[in-house]
Amino acid sequence: MKKSVFLGALTVAGLTAGAAAAATLDDVKARGTLNCGVTTGLVGFAAPDSNGNWDGFDVGVCRAVAAAVLGDPQAVEFVPTTGKTRFTALASGEIDMLARNTTWTFSRDVDLKFEFVGVNYYDGQGFMVPKELGVSSAKDLDGATVCIQTGTTTELNLADYFRKNSMNYEPVPIETNAEAQQQYLAGACDVYTTDASGLAATRAAFEDPSAHVLLPEIVSKEPLGPLVRHGDNEWGDVVRWTLNALIAAEELGVTSANIADMASAAGDSPEINRLLGTEGNLGEMLGLEADWAVKAISAGGNYGELFEKNIGETTPIGLARGLNAQWTDGGLLYSPPFR
Amino acid sequence: MTTLTDPPQESFRPSMLLNDTRYRSYTFQFIALIVLISIIAYLGYNLVLNLRAAGLNISYEFLGEPAGYDINQTLVEYTSRSSHLTAAIVGILNTLLVAFLACATATIFGVIAGVLRLSNNWLVRKLMAGYVEAFRNVPVLIWIIIIFTIMTAVLPAPRAFRGEDADASMILGSIAFTNRGVYVPMPIWGPGSMVVVVTFILSIVGVFAYRAYAKKLLFDTGKLLPMGWPSLAILFVPSILMFFIMGQPISLDYPELGGFNFSGGLQIGAPLIALWFALSIYTGAFIAENVRAGILAVSKGQTEAAASLGLRPRRIMNLVILPQALRVIIPPLISQYLNITKNSSLAIAVGYADITATLGGITLNQTGRAIECVLLLMLFYLLISLGISAVMNVYNNAVRLKER
Repeated sequence: MKKSVFLGALTVAGLTAGAAAAATLDDVKARGTLNCGVTTGLVGFAAPDSNGNWDGFDVGVCRAVAAAVLGDPQAVEFVPTTGKTRFTALASGEIDMLARNTTWTFSRDVDLKFEFVGVNYYDGQGFMVPKELGVSSAKDLDGATVCIQTGTTTELNLADYFRKNSMNYEPVPIETNAEAQQQYLAGACDVYTTDASGLAATRAAFEDPSAHVLLPEIVSKEPLGPLVRHGDNEWGDVVRWTLNALIAAEELGVTSANIADMASAAGDSPEINRLLGTEGNLGEMLGLEADWAVKAISAGGNYGELFEKNIGETTPIGLARGLNAQWTDGGLLYSPPFR
Repeated sequence: MTTLTDPPQESFRPSMLLNDTRYRSYTFQFIALIVLISIIAYLGYNLVLNLRAAGLNISYEFLGEPAGYDINQTLVEYTSRSSHLTAAIVGILNTLLVAFLACATATIFGVIAGVLRLSNNWLVRKLMAGYVEAFRNVPVLIWIIIIFTIMTAVLPAPRAFRGEDADASMILGSIAFTNRGVYVPMPIWGPGSMVVVVTFILSIVGVFAYRAYAKKLLFDTGKLLPMGWPSLAILFVPSILMFFIMGQPISLDYPELGGFNFSGGLQIGAPLIALWFALSIYTGAFIAENVRAGILAVSKGQTEAAASLGLRPRRIMNLVILPQALRVIIPPLISQYLNITKNSSLAIAVGYADITATLGGITLNQTGRAIECVLLLMLFYLLISLGISAVMNVYNNAVRLKER
């Protein structure tokens, strides 16, 4: 560890990459806070509110992990990262986990040596255009100028999509969502493309959201999920099963409202009992308290509650559950059993 | 009887390394060198160790793989299927382009502002002082963003040009200023156009020849030939004649509004303009101070001597002061050129695809090869900086005071 501390000052482009390999769980416990990488600001997913408190769907995952590990959902240090800086920040140990609508891809998992612990939002890349352009399909975008966040998978999907359909476009690479929004609204680009959820969140922040339409085409698969460094399996397990606990809680009907009741004594359902620690020793296996999942779920509610509160249909972002419904409701969310 | 003997030859003792001033400095330099080498070796070893621990290696194989992303301004053939190496070359050319353009305009701005700062006119002098202080005291990144934001906010979008009574119209029907860049007509070189180009180049040579002849005539006989209109005539008349003789081989491709954007013509992208202009005015302010310093370094006696010979103020500046001032101006000018080249790496702030944005940005991100990419970037900037220094030093040697 000493080495990495010494080199911290001299970090030149990941000189210390991988120095902080093992025992992230111990580090987090010793530090008393969780360093969680999030976006620089995407309403609904991760953005500071008027009081400076981070709030959002991805933030909910960070808070759940902090609650499970440290018992306090507020014990999170949020580190805003751009599409470019996020992986360096995680690899160098600056952050313990990254919950920043990051797409799970083969090369990120295998070549960049990260471990995606699951999917918290099944997304796909879409296009947004001003209504006055009269465009109804992405196939009509030949010759358009497209704003795109650099360093993302969307950049590659965009190139592939236009090449496949023999269309031309002019890319305008942008660093952050806020800059992209400004360029798009100034008319410096005709189209803004990113994950459909991100487009909905961006549009919700516009002065007149109804003047912009999302095109029906979804041109890629973007499974977004939290990730940790490769090689620290204990820490990976903690984050993975915290996410699964949130998903399983919704499936099993455990909500922030009834969890105190359910956790007070062992009930009829053995799986709920194991999840909430009133039976078995799952918490101990993870190296956490027996009621780790209770704390995680109490932090912001189960998956469904987090979704509805931050990005659901009642919010300005207004996303339907769609693919992100429980498998029992025809969606893709499917937590492995707690046993 | 006295005998002269050599002073006793002191044999070398190890303690002299510290006690003897002749050797002491070498000792400390040697120790410092050893410390430096061990620190670098330690860092390198740590890097290798950490990379191995993370299961990573150093490899440049990714340069041959398809880049997968598109670039908005490419001086050479490039598609998203081209390799990362091609993307890097596109970036290098874009860096060189903006650096060259900015060096040229910054020099012009700098010389004009530097000379005018010494003007006898109070208003002009103060205006130039204001320019210098305003621009060199605000970081260049801020200027780049300000200029780009003004361009995108003030200039109309291409769609404003559409319709019968459009909000915006093209200047002279051929130049469109939009918030995505300036569209100008592009020459199309038809067969036989090379003859016209060659004629034009010969005309340029001809102008210099005429000027050299006129100067010689002036020095030999004192006869003053007119300079202005014959130069212009030599420059343009033969080319225009040849243009019509060859049957107008060069035509213009006008930009036209089609679909979302203007098509045809030549697009000078808004990012390039913003970056170019910002680098020029920012560095121009520094160059202005260099020029002022150079002029003030020339003794006042030179001006007075030239004036007493009857030279007009403009000639005094061009023939007496500036040639001597160049000696003082050139060395700091070299470092300003290097600054422009290095500052051009801020390009990504406005989405200009320079080498830092392609190799050091998107490629680095998509491949995750941070160390390899940054090493390549360092090598490139080192080479280009040394190259500029070498060229400018040759020029410096040409203008410096000749000692005979």
